[in-house]
Amino acid sequence: MTHISIRNLNAHYRDHQALKDIVLDIPRNQITVIIGPSGCGKTTLLKSMNRFLDLVVGTHISGDVLIDGESIYAPGVDVTEVRKKVGLLLQRPFPLPMSIYDNVAYGLRIHNMHKRGRGLDAAVQHYLEMAGLWDEVKDRLHVPAGRLSVGQQQRLCLARGLAVEPEILLGDEPTSALDPPSALHIEKRLLALKEQYTIVLVTHILRQAKRLADYVVFMYLGEMVEHGPAQQVLENPQQERTRAYLEGEI
Amino acid sequence: MTNKLLPRPRVLRSLRVPLLSRRKTERIGGRLFLITTALPLVLVVVIALALLARTYPILETQPIGELLFGQTWHPLRGEFGFYPFIIGTLWVTLVSMLLAVPLCLLSAIYLAEYAHPAVRAVMKPLLDLLAGIPSVIYGVWGLVAIVPWVQNVAAPASKRWLDFLPFFAVTNTTGYSILAGGIVLAVMVIPVIIAVTYEVMEAVPNGLRESSLAVGATRWQTIKHVVMPKAAPGVLVGVVLGFSRAFGETMAVLMVVGNVPRVPSSIFDPAYPLTALIANNYGEMLSIPLYDSALMGAALVLLVVVLIFNLGSALLLQHFLARTQA
Repeated sequence: MTHISIRNLNAHYRDHQALKDIVLDIPRNQITVIIGPSGCGKTTLLKSMNRFLDLVVGTHISGDVLIDGESIYAPGVDVTEVRKKVGLLLQRPFPLPMSIYDNVAYGLRIHNMHKRGRGLDAAVQHYLEMAGLWDEVKDRLHVPAGRLSVGQQQRLCLARGLAVEPEILLGDEPTSALDPPSALHIEKRLLALKEQYTIVLVTHILRQAKRLADYVVFMYLGEMVEHGPAQQVLENPQQERTRAYLEGEI
Repeated sequence: MTNKLLPRPRVLRSLRVPLLSRRKTERIGGRLFLITTALPLVLVVVIALALLARTYPILETQPIGELLFGQTWHPLRGEFGFYPFIIGTLWVTLVSMLLAVPLCLLSAIYLAEYAHPAVRAVMKPLLDLLAGIPSVIYGVWGLVAIVPWVQNVAAPASKRWLDFLPFFAVTNTTGYSILAGGIVLAVMVIPVIIAVTYEVMEAVPNGLRESSLAVGATRWQTIKHVVMPKAAPGVLVGVVLGFSRAFGETMAVLMVVGNVPRVPSSIFDPAYPLTALIANNYGEMLSIPLYDSALMGAALVLLVVVLIFNLGSALLLQHFLARTQA
């Protein structure tokens, strides 16, 4: 079942065309992994799904992205609502300059979703548990989030993103700044979360793609070359360029 | 025996000599840098000590409390009260900061967070240019524009609508006033404060903004909850830098504040800041006993206050950094 539909999406940055006429359906409650060499438009495609491309001055977008059949680029769409629905994990963790607790509560407060006092405490605990961080931080919720290790910080960022109850989670190489055990930890979390969320990841680590992906999209120079169920694309690619990439030739 | 079999390799020996001399250069270089770095610090201490020594004669005849809090300045009668000057300096500086800081914050926020890169590219060098204009020019501008404006526009307006407020009372002002000084100073320190504040906000990593936006925060929420707290210590440093600049500014202020050694009670009153006192009088009338010593004392007060402020800001900065950083 399709959750995100990308329709004839083109993205230009100044005179460079970063995305060329992308048509893609991203399945619900699966992990879709976008692979491809650097500069191929993976991240651009990812950030078109939470309207993060708007933030880059000089970017021009045409085409459309639909979530649950509704355009997120239609005039009058509230960008903050889009981003609430579509969470994003960045390449490296950026804990907000506040306590661990406040980091998780941040989105709840911003959107006035919080029940005060106890309710908020419970919510913070819930999302820290979902991110697999609760046991490590439950005794020091009020220390600055910057004191956590990088791996813990990334899980904190995950908890912060989950707290606003998104339907979709985007990850822009979310483990690339982490040590292997921390990266594995995040991967485990993502696998657990796909029951409830649609997850779209960008990665340049093929082994990670193999470990996580249900659905794979291969991008090359702004084009979507091939997409399909993970097994099919990774083990039996139909396109010559996909095969070349998987074998390390490009 | 072994020596014969395994002669010490020559290469190593030849390596050792230049290595040693390199180490020596390293050490000498290090010390040299230490000296050059320490020089300004030593200079400040030397200046402070010299000022203290020159102030000593007046401290011998008058208790320090009387000097600092004495209300009358009458050198011919041997009365040297700094109080009106200290208060004058504080008033002018305070007014300038009240005018400048909010404006600077908003401008820096606009430049760092909202402005199109093209606007930024034009505004940045322009602001730097403003910071480099000699203070006399600001003084002249104050004379021909601000002083008449205060006399003809601001004072009558205040008399009409704000007379009931403390600090806003108007008693036939000439325009040479704390307000005029404050405005001129504000305009002078604005580029300094904006430059620092902007730089600090610019230095906040983009990932932090993105992290906040990614959970659906608006741009303003992101600025308020993420960028500003992160930038706060730097902003504070910018403000203190501006404060020190305003506090120590001499020329522009001297030209527009009226230079009347009386404790002011309204922003429309004239004042006589410490800096103006020193600049106006040093080198003149030094035949009056202790006059020179009194002026040195004024300089010492100025130096100490600025040092305290800078030190205080440095400590605050550390405190903030410790709180917000890892």
